[in-house]
Amino acid sequence: MHDRFEILIAIHIVIGAFFVFVGSFGLVKLPSLMSRLHGPSKATTLGVGGCLIASMLHFGALEGRVSIQEMLITFFLFITAPVTAHFIAKAHLHAEVDPESELPPDEGRYGWSTFATMPEVRMASRESRSASGDRLES
Amino acid sequence: MADSELRPSYWRRWLPHPLLTAVLICLWMALLNSYSAGGLLVGIVLGMVIPIYTGHFWPERPEIRSPFKAIAFLAIVMFDVVVANIQVAYLILFRPRDQLRSRWVAVPLDLTSPEGITVLTATITLTPGTVASDLSADGRTLLVHCLDVDDEAATVRRIKHRYERRIGEILP
Repeated sequence: MHDRFEILIAIHIVIGAFFVFVGSFGLVKLPSLMSRLHGPSKATTLGVGGCLIASMLHFGALEGRVSIQEMLITFFLFITAPVTAHFIAKAHLHAEVDPESELPPDEGRYGWSTFATMPEVRMASRESRSASGDRLES
Repeated sequence: MADSELRPSYWRRWLPHPLLTAVLICLWMALLNSYSAGGLLVGIVLGMVIPIYTGHFWPERPEIRSPFKAIAFLAIVMFDVVVANIQVAYLILFRPRDQLRSRWVAVPLDLTSPEGITVLTATITLTPGTVASDLSADGRTLLVHCLDVDDEAATVRRIKHRYERRIGEILP
């Protein structure tokens, strides 16, 4: 019984380590920043997930106390990982991507939010710009 | 009626987000990893104080329609994460890098609440192979980057049918 659990735990650790490796390998191999962003999402889901399941099995089956902090790690990772990916993607859009030629069109009138400002903000900035322009001319 | 609209009720003022309070107490107890009465008391105090202090950032309560469908949704997402992990691992290990058809895809949204869109965005990003990158300025379209996509319409249909429809049953 004891041995069986140890084998099960070892299998989960190996699965987790394999997906962390594939995620890191993707960082080296994939050609562009946006495609490299797909690598860490594997490491955070199945990679860490496999190790956490192994940890829960270890404490639950071998040491006889239920550990729920692993669930919390999963919970926090699932909340924070998409935010990080979104910020990196947004910075990449600002720095490298031309919205007119490279991005698909959206359904609405104002474009993608990284590039667009709301109409009233745009009007206000245009007014302030023309006001400062007037001052420069006079 | 007018009076209650002007002044928030007693419960509304001291317990602005009962659900957040419950989640915070559960989180605190899970962080402690063992039960004690003192720990529970600190958890209750934190669960009361944090929603009151952060209430200004979050004036409205999210409307959760059916909590039980959330569990089914979570199970589906877990299953999809495992399947997509294996698919993307295959792509990374065996597909030559110039044969990856990675591209941007625009997904039109039916969800309107910020909470619903946030959950959908997180789901898309956590599923390997897709990263949600941007929202249109009017909040009606989501920009998704796909690592390898064959049929753009099928990807959009899958996201809308599998995830967005289910989130729409939980959050508006």
